[in-house]
Amino acid sequence: MKAFADLLERLAFTPGRNAKLALLERFFREVPDPDRGYALAVLTGGLETGQAKPALLRALVGERVDAELFAMSYDFVGDLAETIALIWPARGPLRDVPLTEVVEGLARAGKAEVPGLMARWLDALGPSERLALIKLVTGGLRVGISARLAQTGLARIGTIPVEDIGELWAGFTPPYTPLFRWLEGGPRPEVTARAPFRPVMLSTPLTEDDLAALDPAEFAAEWKWDGIRVQAVAEGGTARLYTRTGEDISASFPDIVSRMDFDGALDGELLVRRGDDVAPFADLQKRLGRKAPGKAMLASHPAALRLYDLLLWQGDDLRALSWSDRRARLERAVAGLDPGHFDLSPRLRFADWEELAALRADPPAAVIEGVMLKRLDSAYVAGRPRGPWFKWKRAPMVVDAVILYAQRGHGKRSGFYSDFTFGLWDGERLVPVGKAYSGFTDEELNKLDRFVRANTIDRFGPVRSLKPALVVEVAFEGLNRSTRHKSGVAMRFPRISRIRWDKPAAEADHLTALTDILDEAGA
Amino acid sequence: MPMPADATRLLTLRPEGLYCPEGDFFIDPMRPVPRALITHGHSDHARSGHGAVLASAQTLDIMAIRYGEGFASATQAAEGPVTLGGVEVRFHPAGHVLGSCQIEVRAAGVNAVVSGDYSRVPNPACAAFEPVPCDLFVTEATFALPVFHHPPPGDEIARLLASVAAFPERAHLIGAYALGKAQRVIMLLRQAGYDAPIYIHGALQRLCDYHLEQGIPLGDLRPATMDKAEAKTLRGAVVIAPPSAFASPWVQRFTDPVIAFASGWMQIRARARQRGVELPLVISDHVDWPDLTRTLRELNPAEFWITHGRDDALMRWAELEQRRARPLHLVGYEDEAE
Repeated sequence: MKAFADLLERLAFTPGRNAKLALLERFFREVPDPDRGYALAVLTGGLETGQAKPALLRALVGERVDAELFAMSYDFVGDLAETIALIWPARGPLRDVPLTEVVEGLARAGKAEVPGLMARWLDALGPSERLALIKLVTGGLRVGISARLAQTGLARIGTIPVEDIGELWAGFTPPYTPLFRWLEGGPRPEVTARAPFRPVMLSTPLTEDDLAALDPAEFAAEWKWDGIRVQAVAEGGTARLYTRTGEDISASFPDIVSRMDFDGALDGELLVRRGDDVAPFADLQKRLGRKAPGKAMLASHPAALRLYDLLLWQGDDLRALSWSDRRARLERAVAGLDPGHFDLSPRLRFADWEELAALRADPPAAVIEGVMLKRLDSAYVAGRPRGPWFKWKRAPMVVDAVILYAQRGHGKRSGFYSDFTFGLWDGERLVPVGKAYSGFTDEELNKLDRFVRANTIDRFGPVRSLKPALVVEVAFEGLNRSTRHKSGVAMRFPRISRIRWDKPAAEADHLTALTDILDEAGA
Repeated sequence: MPMPADATRLLTLRPEGLYCPEGDFFIDPMRPVPRALITHGHSDHARSGHGAVLASAQTLDIMAIRYGEGFASATQAAEGPVTLGGVEVRFHPAGHVLGSCQIEVRAAGVNAVVSGDYSRVPNPACAAFEPVPCDLFVTEATFALPVFHHPPPGDEIARLLASVAAFPERAHLIGAYALGKAQRVIMLLRQAGYDAPIYIHGALQRLCDYHLEQGIPLGDLRPATMDKAEAKTLRGAVVIAPPSAFASPWVQRFTDPVIAFASGWMQIRARARQRGVELPLVISDHVDWPDLTRTLRELNPAEFWITHGRDDALMRWAELEQRRARPLHLVGYEDEAE
């Protein structure tokens, strides 16, 4: 448990992806089976948790600590699990309870045995291991590790490419002993999973320069829909819905999964669709946030797949075929599916790039982010090869905003003020609208840092409040209404596209520049 | 047991701070006074501008280093009992930082002990806390919540060294207060067998030198005042700096450093997050909750007073233990100023 608690603690405080991977790799190399496998399962959400509710733990701690002292402590610490972990009176003797003992113990235990087990473990562990244990059993483990990141860390302990791990991933179960054996030089295990995930093919961004070298006759074009890319696999009576990184999200989308009465693997965009109208991304986000959506949510936010590709169909692996061949089969396949939840991503007709550029500039719906270009002869290959598929996004929206607050960055930006909160005019006031961390060069970062230090008017802990004197052009991909933001709007992917050292703050944009966009879209 | 009233008569609260009427002096006053007794050299307890100052020889040296030789009109090093007015004063080790003492005030057969800041965890830079039986004990309460169980400092240093091993290409920058904590971290590293050069920020130089003069070995220390090109060569090095340096452009010379901070507050995750710390190290020079309550039980004074910190929780503990206690709500004692 100690190694696992250390890993969780480091992951929680480490912002950089590479540093996270280094921590994961080290852990998987050093920790023996089956502990490392159970840790992998916990990190990737592959274990049933929630055996103990916070109320149970509160009751246990209530038998040991004065209620008033507990309340003062909770008030100070601010997090229930952390308070319990820290305040639990050590009764020793200390013992490093293996993660395996916890996972297998909970799996075997009846409901009535859980409190006794928890108390015994909490007595034997130190504070950071107690926190890991509590987060584990209450299911409140938020470490921000995707299955893909964990798999990438895993891949580093051997020579097996992460795509291969992803393909076999669903065939393994905790504690993943055959997987580790394979990674460490053993034989490739037989895939036994039903409806496993297949590695996804991704596109690269297109520049205008690329375009000149490409022949429009060799490409097909489709809209780029603003949902999330998914893979729907149904085989031998099992149906699963995966994200493009292989995370199983079937439980969140019973309306899709229950209608996957085919045999094959489909690639498409997950959207919320009401009739023919595709809803904004914010609506889909509501669904993504629900592990088990209720009836009302299913009715008000119906999910649908807009299909792009066909990987397997009725036992045939189609991935080596050309896009044109797969598309023809996809069109036939879709005809047999429930039209309320499955439809085809339409193919755009264009004679030359100018015609496609015009379509891209003026798409028929707000939830279109641009166009996709796919070579007609392209096979379906895992990863992000450069050449067969391109994404050609719409030009982002921009707004001129004033920098209001700054915070120092991490890692390579340690010591530099690199995280900015920007605002727009609302009458005579500037209201914060969003945060941006990127879009500038190292040289500009230096200048921004000097600006922050010279224009600080107040400090709140790590945050500096600035004189409203610097205008930046903020580019963003989309806009939603938000009750969580004071301004009432939330931007998607905001970043600084230009620093307007020349522009006075008074000439920055007004909040109406954003609300008008929303009003026009009827959102 | 003497009547509590006898001992509480020895000390009273004035706007300047804790005052002894019979001896006509203040202990760790927040404002300039004619006569001050100082427990230790942290800037919230040891201020400049007093008339006469009585403190341990080391605390006087530290004050001279921080404020210049003329920090008070007259100074006297505490050695053995000193009679001031109608009271006898003695200094006893507090185990907090180099030179730190508790101050015992005795008159007419009763005594009060003002502990200043103190710790029960062994610290090679100073003599261990000496439990002095007393009628009135004046305690700090910086970490007086039952959530504060500071782990053995050696464990925290092991975590630091594990991180240095895991990220050999990144410099590890450790925030630590200039008096006490910085040297403590260095000594703990040396104890753990780390004998590579340790780089120190310029603001730590004089107090590290003073520790060396006092016969406290710190190993190979080098200034961390190099330019960016040199700083790039410090891959995997341990660099120690005062917390204030982390908000200054000084940090920018390091490429992708691991930011660590050595403090008892690092036990609380929100505190670590707020500071942008990647590696929180729970290393404290104050008593944690178990040591604080153990000390109070061990000394078993007729009454104890709480100078600063989380007095509400400690008052609740006193109520549960049926002990006589009083919060003084002294304003101005915080963590050492950055």
